[in-house]
Amino acid sequence: MGIAIKAENIAIRYITGDFKDIGLKEYVMRKLTRNYHVKEFMAVDGVTFELEEGDMLGIIGSNGAGKSTLLKAVAGIMVPTRGTINAYGEVAALLELGSGFDGDLSVKENAYLRGAMLGYTKQFMDDKYSEIIDFAGLWEFENRPFKQLSSGMKSRLAFSIASMVNPDILILDEVLSVGDGAFQTKSAEKMREIISRGATTILVSHSLQQIRELCNKVLWLDHGRQIAFGEAQEICDRYEFYLQGKGDIGDGNIDATSAGCDLG
Amino acid sequence: MKTIQKFKKNYFLFSELVRRDFTKKYKRTILGMAWSVISPLLTLFVMHLVFSNLLGSNISHYTIYLFAGQLIFSFFSDSTNEGMTSLLNNAEIFTKVNVPKYMFLFSKNVSSLINFGITLAIFFAFVLLDGIDVTWKFVFLLYPILCLVIFNLGMGLILSALYVFFRDIQYLYSIFTLLLMYMSAIFYSIDGFSQIGKNLFLLNPIYVYIRYVRKIVIEGDIPSIWLHLIAAGYSIVAFAVGYLIYKKKNHSFLYYV
Repeated sequence: MGIAIKAENIAIRYITGDFKDIGLKEYVMRKLTRNYHVKEFMAVDGVTFELEEGDMLGIIGSNGAGKSTLLKAVAGIMVPTRGTINAYGEVAALLELGSGFDGDLSVKENAYLRGAMLGYTKQFMDDKYSEIIDFAGLWEFENRPFKQLSSGMKSRLAFSIASMVNPDILILDEVLSVGDGAFQTKSAEKMREIISRGATTILVSHSLQQIRELCNKVLWLDHGRQIAFGEAQEICDRYEFYLQGKGDIGDGNIDATSAGCDLG
Repeated sequence: MKTIQKFKKNYFLFSELVRRDFTKKYKRTILGMAWSVISPLLTLFVMHLVFSNLLGSNISHYTIYLFAGQLIFSFFSDSTNEGMTSLLNNAEIFTKVNVPKYMFLFSKNVSSLINFGITLAIFFAFVLLDGIDVTWKFVFLLYPILCLVIFNLGMGLILSALYVFFRDIQYLYSIFTLLLMYMSAIFYSIDGFSQIGKNLFLLNPIYVYIRYVRKIVIEGDIPSIWLHLIAAGYSIVAFAVGYLIYKKKNHSFLYYV
């Protein structure tokens, strides 16, 4: 088994502050009056992990832990400020599924556009289109404007398009909690099918149960720092322990290093 | 093999983006595409009404003179104004999917180019009606058009990047284009200016492209090698600057949206 993803001590800087939405005029004024503040912080700081082909990694941590930022780095949308990250193979990233569609276009037009964005070819879309609409159960809406769909339907379509993919590396950000109960079962099944084809998968989820079920490795982040990386069950236990307020992160940190070494 | 695969994928994305821009632009207007043809004609009509007696009396083929200027200028203005918002309007996409960001601008430019093509066809109809001889030299018109397309792409890259950083660029740019229009000798002749004044006009890329077209169509002459070089120079510089900005800022755009 070869290595699929290798991240070495990566840090990703994020900037927030006054620069957003201000015009040129405002920018010049603030620069002159020295009232221009930009705050930099490390959204991800010092994360190291390595995945082998076919691994299924779950990323856990509270809001603002840097999970989504890390996924963006794997997907190549952001570049690390420090350290290196290499993904060997074709990456398909499914981040915030429902967004990025165009409300004015029809469902069919949106499906093709999304397919194109995910890097599918036209022929592939032609072949798979009916399968996609079947899976999403949206035949009656095929030619309706996209904005008429409910948010659950939007996510269902997004998931169906995305799951047609046959990537080497699949990135999922909170996508398995899409749609109603029936669809969730269907999508979890589909996910297992993709994984069983040997795709390396990274999954962000707030459902620990889901992570225990699907993942064999877990990365625990807190405020951008890596608390632990290693065997799924063990770290999930520890995380649960921490969430219940019984343990503190410090313990985890020491163990994390050793767990990391075992795997390395 | 890999490059072919990549090209195929990008081509599909590109054509889907073009299709999207097109549907969105024309779907909900009754006149649809016709409007984008009528609008420059109306402008031409108004300008002709206002200026033909005032400024046009000693310019031969004044309608064509005016039309040539209006044709080039409105292509530039349409393409850059549409292009400016192209990157920001697709922020939801490029913050979630790793796609080549210049695609959004390029696809917008396709619809501007098609509009231009239609207006150009009408322009030729006017040329014939005006009794101008169409000669083999008209083939040379491809040259300024190609330069202008590249110049528009370059300016579009620059503007769309700037627009992500500073939203008020839009207002500044509309004032700038207005100024540029008056300085492009669209409805007046520059014959009255001194030699220095005439040379100053060459600092305006749009004037250069207009001059080229008029030289071919109205004067039936192939422009000097210098005009060729200047025309290409502007487009290459604009494109290179735009390319460098995109390359440098490729991963910073997402902080600003």
